[in-house]
Amino acid sequence: MSTQLLTIEDVAVELPTPRGNLRAVDHVDLSLGAGRTLGIVGESGCGKTMLSRAILQLLPKKAKLSGRVMFDGQDLVRLAPASLRRLRARDLAVVFQDPMTSLNPVLTIGTQLMETIQEHLELDAPAARKRSIELLAAVGIPAPEQRLAQYPHQCSGGMRQRIAIAIALSCEPKLLIADEPTTALDVTIQAQILDLLAREQRRRHMAMIIITHDLGVVAGRADEVAVMYAGRVVERAPTQALFKRMHMPYTEALLAAIPKLETAPHTPLPAISGRPPDPTRPLRGCSFAPRCRYAAGACREAKPELKSAEMPDHLYACFHPIQMAEGIGA
Amino acid sequence: MMQLVVRDEPLLHVDNLVVEYGLGNKTVHAVSGVSLHVARGETLGLVGESGCGKSTLGRAVLQLRRAKSGRVLFDGEDLTAMGGEALRRMRRRVQLIFQDPIASLNPRRRIGDIVAEPLIIAGVKDGTERKRRVHEVLAAVGLDPDLVAGRLPHEFSGGQCQRISIARSLVLNPEFIVCDEPVSALDVSIRAQILNLLEEMKARFGLTLLFIAHDLAVVKAVSDRVAVMYLGRLCEVGPSEQLFAKPAHPYTGLLLQAIPVPDPDVRPAESVATGEPPSPIAPPSGCRFRTRCPRADQRCSAEMPELREVAIGQFAACHHPLA
Ligand SMILES: Nc1ncnc2c1ncn2[C@@H]1O[C@H](COP(=O)(O)OP(=O)(O)OP(=O)(O)O)[C@@H](O)[C@H]1O
Ligand SMILES: Nc1ncnc2c1ncn2[C@@H]1O[C@H](COP(=O)(O)OP(=O)(O)O)[C@@H](O)[C@H]1O
Ligand code: SF4
Ligand code: SF4
Ligand SMILES: [Mg+2]
Ligand SMILES: [Mg+2]
Repeated sequence: MSTQLLTIEDVAVELPTPRGNLRAVDHVDLSLGAGRTLGIVGESGCGKTMLSRAILQLLPKKAKLSGRVMFDGQDLVRLAPASLRRLRARDLAVVFQDPMTSLNPVLTIGTQLMETIQEHLELDAPAARKRSIELLAAVGIPAPEQRLAQYPHQCSGGMRQRIAIAIALSCEPKLLIADEPTTALDVTIQAQILDLLAREQRRRHMAMIIITHDLGVVAGRADEVAVMYAGRVVERAPTQALFKRMHMPYTEALLAAIPKLETAPHTPLPAISGRPPDPTRPLRGCSFAPRCRYAAGACREAKPELKSAEMPDHLYACFHPIQMAEGIGA
Repeated sequence: MMQLVVRDEPLLHVDNLVVEYGLGNKTVHAVSGVSLHVARGETLGLVGESGCGKSTLGRAVLQLRRAKSGRVLFDGEDLTAMGGEALRRMRRRVQLIFQDPIASLNPRRRIGDIVAEPLIIAGVKDGTERKRRVHEVLAAVGLDPDLVAGRLPHEFSGGQCQRISIARSLVLNPEFIVCDEPVSALDVSIRAQILNLLEEMKARFGLTLLFIAHDLAVVKAVSDRVAVMYLGRLCEVGPSEQLFAKPAHPYTGLLLQAIPVPDPDVRPAESVATGEPPSPIAPPSGCRFRTRCPRADQRCSAEMPELREVAIGQFAACHHPLA
């Protein structure tokens, strides 16, 4: 669709490893409209970070990328390095799980913010300083003027993540990718950071991809959710529709495994047994088959395609989709 | 009858414990007068934000960090007054599981040796006996001893490393284990596996647990009672169900609101927590939570609230508890 800001077509990422070729991302299609939020959910190692790096063209050097990443009318995979750098600086921003990945430990917060702003918004120093203070205030940093002179290590983890977000927002991006932005943080700080992202997103009409392993994090905050498993998108739907009716056993299992406050203490959790398959040894059939309680027949022989159910925008990849009547967590 | 009385004594009794760190010429007030008890066979959950002193409290209980004042009674004996051989003997009965499963295992040692280490420290000289114990606990945590004993930590996932450290903590047959955020670094799916495993081990080996975490739902899943900590002090303690259904301390209420609910119809409460905890170097006067508390008034800055019973078995330290 031409109205989409981002369209990923048939994206695959392969990494050579001593154990053989590792397919981190296995032919993924996704799209995202301007100002919309997409949640990407899945276990550690399922390819979430590699997919986001494929979008940003920030893959490890040895990685092999195929497919198309259409952003604002251009294919990023084929874009010249200089144009790409310009685009990344202005329109595409990223916030990582560990804020220290995006912060420079030897520069003050002020220097880092002002440099980014001056470079991309072509402001003079006093204007950039003013803008930095506004941004720090916007992300909830108390006494922002004093913070400018401090170094990242003088801030708490939550504070650092706010600063990383301020830097990411400083060039008014059209798309922000947040890769597990709160996984390393406490619940109270997590809630604040997620609120902050949602608020800034609405205000700036910015599109956002939020990556997490916790379905609870995306439930109230994403318009659409894509569930990844072993490098593939295995279910994708508008958030409401997904939580109402999950079709893919993996999605159901992921939700069931979250401890719930309503549950009495000492109730055994419905854990997903085992682990995802070794990504250098892809399975012939459905990657979830060894852990799936519905696995039967074709599941071990062929890969289920990602296709739609009764609703055109609800896609799933499963031979025996769950026909849950109603509700969540059942 | 006599025996029943003895068993009703809490296994662990922490009395007015104070732990501080020196930082240059300043003092970090990490734990400031905490009292609690854990009954035999019970799991006490301990929650609170990063830096509030949970790990410090756990380590001080095990005497891995000596307290400035206060007492730690384990099975009636004061660990803070013990040293040398007596303390070493006691240490066989208490163990610790760490938050970061991978970092807590020595990368250059084989799994079999890592798990056997506490036995060696405890002076178990018989090699065959050590091997038997190691196999037993590895199997108990769901690993195949023959497959894993000879391998190195980097060959295992976070969840498997946590199983290995649980095995190591069980090898001396302890009575009491401090679990310091054992699942915080793990994925949702692996987290459930490890929580189930801890529950199983607790039943099988008759353990008593102090379970530290910052995720309330995780804590509730395994705890009989829960203690909530803020900036070095206890805010509230009570039976899990009751505490979550009717929190009395405003901070407990705030923590409960912050939990992401996996239901799109539940709109996340907008910025429930305002601000971050103040520095433990200069904690606020009176109630330490007052700088973030919506109910704070004059009295809260002037007077430190003591823990009072607000419902049967539920205690809160607040001048204006929630109804
Ligand atoms: N060795 C040390 N020297 C100085 N200060 C310390 C030391 N260890 C911990 N602290 C400080 O003591 C306070 C309590 O720390 P502690 O590690 O007990 O917190 P915690 O509740 O376990 O936090 P987390 O959830 O991050 O593990 C913090 O302010 C911390 O910075
Ligand atoms: N630099 C790298 N070299 C080789 N393999 C990698 C590299 N980074 C990630 N991988 C592998 O790629 C797969 C996907 O990883 P990743 O995208 O980081 O997962 P996630 O973000 O979902 O946890 C995993 O199997 C991981 O081990
Ligand atoms: S295709 Fe088969 S194995 Fe895969 S998720 Fe569906 S039922 Fe389970
Ligand atoms: S004592 Fe005062 S500041 Fe502290 S929690 Fe209660 S109402 Fe809030
Ligand atoms: Mg990742
Ligand atoms: Mg800790």
